[in-house]
Formats: sequence, C-alpha cells, structure tokens
Amino acid sequence: MSLYDLFPPEFFKLSVPLNGYLILSAILFTIGVATFLFRRNVITVFMAIELMLNAVNLTFVTFSNHFAKVDGQIFSFFVMVVAAAEAAVGLAIILMVFRNRATLQIDDFDTLKN
Amino acid sequence: MDYLLVSIIKTLIVAPALLATLAYIVWVERKVIAHVQLRVGPYFVGPHGLLQPIADAVKLLTKEDFIPSGVNHFFYWAAPWLGLMFAVSGIAVIPFGPQVDIFGTKVNLGLADINIGLLWILGLAGMGVYGIALAGWSSNNKYSLIGAMRSSAQMISYELPMALALAAPLLLSNSLNLREVIDTQAGFVFGFIPNWNLFTGFQVIGFVLYMICAFAETNRIPFDLPEAENELVAGFHSEYSSMKFAAFFMAEYCNMIIVCSVATALFLGGWHPIVPQAIADFVPTLLFGGSAAVLFYHGMNNARPNDRYSFPVFGVIFAGLALLFLIPGLGPILNSLFWFLGKVGFLLFFFIWVRATLPRFRYDQLMKIAWLFLFPVALANLVLTAFGVTFFSK
Amino acid sequence: MDLVLFLTFAFIAVACALNMSLQRHPVSSALSLIGVMVSLAVLYVLLGAEFIAAAQLVVYSGAIMVLFVFVIMLLNTGAEKLTKKAGLAHFLGFPLLVTLLAIASWVITNATSTMAPVKFGAFTKGGPREVGWELFTRYLLPFEVTSILILIAIAGAYRLANKEMD
Repeated sequence: MSLYDLFPPEFFKLSVPLNGYLILSAILFTIGVATFLFRRNVITVFMAIELMLNAVNLTFVTFSNHFAKVDGQIFSFFVMVVAAAEAAVGLAIILMVFRNRATLQIDDFDTLKN
Repeated sequence: MDYLLVSIIKTLIVAPALLATLAYIVWVERKVIAHVQLRVGPYFVGPHGLLQPIADAVKLLTKEDFIPSGVNHFFYWAAPWLGLMFAVSGIAVIPFGPQVDIFGTKVNLGLADINIGLLWILGLAGMGVYGIALAGWSSNNKYSLIGAMRSSAQMISYELPMALALAAPLLLSNSLNLREVIDTQAGFVFGFIPNWNLFTGFQVIGFVLYMICAFAETNRIPFDLPEAENELVAGFHSEYSSMKFAAFFMAEYCNMIIVCSVATALFLGGWHPIVPQAIADFVPTLLFGGSAAVLFYHGMNNARPNDRYSFPVFGVIFAGLALLFLIPGLGPILNSLFWFLGKVGFLLFFFIWVRATLPRFRYDQLMKIAWLFLFPVALANLVLTAFGVTFFSK
Repeated sequence: MDLVLFLTFAFIAVACALNMSLQRHPVSSALSLIGVMVSLAVLYVLLGAEFIAAAQLVVYSGAIMVLFVFVIMLLNTGAEKLTKKAGLAHFLGFPLLVTLLAIASWVITNATSTMAPVKFGAFTKGGPREVGWELFTRYLLPFEVTSILILIAIAGAYRLANKEMD
C-alpha cells in the first residue's frame, strides 16, 4: 500500500500546473542568492547555499515527475549526499576559522587582502 | 465506508489511548523501580496509587509557568511542543494488528499504512533532536546548553548504528512498510520456532545493537547524559516548569513506546504469537484469568487492610478481560492486539528494569561505544545478513 | 486538494525562506531553513517522490541541519552585526535579483505552457524500490564515487576539526 491509497481519487481533481513548482523553485533560489549576497554571518551564508541546493532539487524532482522517470530523483539524491559531505567539511572549516579569528563576520576574514 | 471516516475514527481511538498510556507509564515506571529497590512506590492517591498520574497532571497544570530571565521567548516556548509533536507523529505508521473485518469493512489496525514507514520514523527520530537542542539553547543556562550539545552529538552518533541495525531485518523482509515486514514473519519453522527475524533471521546481534541505540536515542539510563541529574541538574529541561516540563516527559515516554514498537515490528514478529496459533488463542484468557485468581486469593488473605476491597475489584476487571477474549468476533482482533502490545509492554518493562539497575556511562565512553563498537559491529552484521540473504534467499 | 496542499506548502516554504533571510540570529535562520526543507518534503510527496521526501527529512533536516544547529550553539556568537562592507551588492544586488527572477519566471512559463500539469498519483515510481533499483544498476558507478567522496569528507572534517592550535 502506498501513499496514494490514503485518499480517494476525488480528492485530487484539481491539478497544479508544472510551472507552479518551477517558479517556486526559482523564488527559493533567488532568496538563497539574496541571502548569500546580503548576509554577513558565515554560517547564514552557508545555509543560503543549502537553500539554493534545495531549490535545484525541487526542479529535479518536478521534471522527474513530468518525464515519469526516476533519474531526476536520483540526481537530487546525489545532491543531498554531496550537500552532506559539503556541510561536514564546511562546518569544520568554519570551526577552524572561528578558533583562529574568534568571529563569524565575513568582513573580518580579509587577511589575504593587499 | 469512506476511507477518511475510518481514518478519523482510528485517530480518535489511538490518540487518547496513547495519551493515557503516556500518563500511566510513569506510574508503572515508579512502581517497578520502587519494587526493584524494595519500596512500595506511589500508594496514597487512589488504590495502589492508581490515580497518581491524574494527580500529577493536575499538579503540573496548576503550577506557575515560570519563565526565567534572558531566555529567547519564542524558542523557549516552542521547543517542548516541537519535541512532543515529533515524538507523537511516529505512532502514525506503527501497525498494531492485521487487517480485520469490522461490520463488513476491511480495516488495517494502525493509523497510516505507507511504504516508507520506517524512513518516516527515522526522519522523526532525527528531527526530535531539535526539541532538546532548542530547549537547552534558549534557556540561557550553561547546564542546559551543555545538555543540549551532548544530546545533539549523542543522537547524531547513535542514529548511524541504529539505522544500520534496522537495515539488516529490512534485507530479510524486502520492504520498508512495517505491515509488510510483519507479514513476512508469520508462521513457524519446524512447528515450534516462530518465524521472527530475531530467530530464523539470526538477528540476535542486530536486535541487541538496536536496543542499545534505542536507549541512547530516547535519552534513557545508561545513556541519559543530556539530562544527567547529578552533574547537569536535569540538563536541557532545568529551566522548564509546569506543562512545558510535562511535554518533555511525554515526548520521552512517547519515544520509548515508538522505539519499542519498531523493535517489535522488525525483530519480534509484530502481532504474531510466540506459540502456535491454536495455543496462542487461549494464552490471553489464561493469563488474565490467572491474574484474576491471584488477585482474588490475595484479596481473601489480605496483607494490608485496604486490599480486602481493592483486589477483588481488580480481579473482577481482569476476569472480564479474560472473558472478552473468548467472544467470537472480537477475539482475533484482541488477540493480535494483545500479542503486539504485550511485546511492546515487555520491552518497555525492560527499559524501566535497566533504569533501576545500571549506572550512567561517562561521556567519552558513550562516544567510544557508538563509534568504535556499535558502528563496526552493525556494519558487520549488515554485511553478514546480506551474504546470508544472497545465498539462502527465501 | 492537490492545489490547496501545493499552495499551502509553497507559501510556507517561501515565508520560511524569507524569514531565514531576514532573521539576524543564525539559530532563527537555521530553524526557518528547516521549515523550508520540511515543506519541500511535502511537495516531493505531492510530486510522487516518496523516497526523496523521506531522504529529505532524514538527511537534510535530520542530519545536516542538526550539524548546523550544533555548530551555532557550540560557537554561540549571538546575533549578526550589520556592516556596510557589501559594496556593489548593496546597490545592484536587489534590482538584478528581481530581474533574474522575472526572466526565469517568464522563460519557465513560456517553455512549460504546453506541458501537462502535475497530477497527484499519476507518477507512482518514486518509492524506495524503484529508486534503489536505478541507483544500484544504472547509477552504480556514481553511487560508489559518492561513497568515496563521503569518506574523503569524513577524513577532511576530522583532520580540520582535530587540528591543534599553534
């Protein structure tokens, strides 16, 4: 038994246009970029990257649904795995930087300047 | 009948039953620990302290909801309810019994029957950390913060061996749906060994690993570092009072019930009895009837004055329960419920038993056990099971 | 019902994303991001990707974000200070982003106008069995490569976090 059997089919008469999901994904991606650009806390900036990855995943899964193939879902699965690896290494780097500089403000990491 | 209506009725039955169980499991825990330590436990509110949970609830509801200074108000308020929500949601995918006919309608005993049931529980177990972590962080108290950090680290670490230990029986059952997993465990080998994953799947190691991880995931002794009373003054919930405090307790006990149900479904054959079906149908009747007889006997030869009245009353209730199992239409439903809840109840008793027996681990020992012992053993168990399934696939 | 669920959770996702962008404290941002992830998991279920929805809950909100919250609590630096060092991004960033969003929406709407709408229940091949089958047959090599990637990430994170201070 799967999730579809939980509700009778009449429940889902109205359908969502495909571009609804895609535009939602675009909005989330744009918010991610905005957060990435405007925020000064390195952890928040890192979270913005995760948000962008999530938005891309939504596009993958939408097209997987549209073409009735699993491949898009597999791609988003790989994105998740890469995101997990990235989070582990990235947070370790942030920890190191914090130990050395005692701050999380992105502006203060400018020792390579000049 | 309409599917939605059935779902609503099932929810209306399960939710109050779960809340009542959450209240009374505290009473059971206090009683069991008291008897292990040669005390009597709660005794004064109602016969044998049976009304103690209600008194506790009234006490907690009417206490002042104290909010310490310097807390982050939103998260301080949200954390306990977040934790409770994630804990309670897990009950949705637990199947309590087989598909039964009730007035001509086929009803699955259990709320939702989805094919990612186990992943849902693992996901909720992961999300459950937030309740504890946010509570500790928002309390503005260093002990709470230490408890929350310990809890996050501990739960991330123990989720890995837990998932690996759960993967081995899934290989045997070939499904993530808990109902299908239980269905594959029906029947007996050689007529007397139940076809459970624990026995015929050779998952004894997996079961032990899973139970160890379950103790850690639910923050129970011997892994209750996040709330260690004597070093962290109750850890993440030091600063909580009134109903918010009760919410943490309910979440903890609800988590216990869910991990025990998962162990029952995956390793102990769910609602399939341990003895052949012909005998199994009479086990509940015999058990409840026997308890009734013992109660009547002790009511006659009472050790304490009040037992003269209270024991016969309970005896009558137990005898009524015993007779209930003999009603033709109701019997099979109650029987499967009895076996499932009986196994869950035994595992819960085991949790309480361990709490009354073992001391707490040190923090470095806790991490060492997870990464240097549980993880490799779980991995080896998974690989061995995979080989076994490949060579002797059923 | 389909449309209602989509609109509800799309709204929650956008609201949480905006909240994440606007909150000053990293913990609030992290919690909002978890809200986005959970509502996206619901949308995945609507799209028929049950396994990915569960993986989203287990991996993203259950493991990655716990790590984030853990690190934020470990460092415990408090709310972010606002500085004026963003430079060009402050003036050009917002208009350019709005333009990007507008162009993207226009392109998407034009390109997908003839495509069939999403019907809940029309695509049912997103269960663990189908995804697992594809993962271990056609995508076996990428799968193994990602496992090596994870191993390298573990080693790297361990090395970085374990380094002694000079």
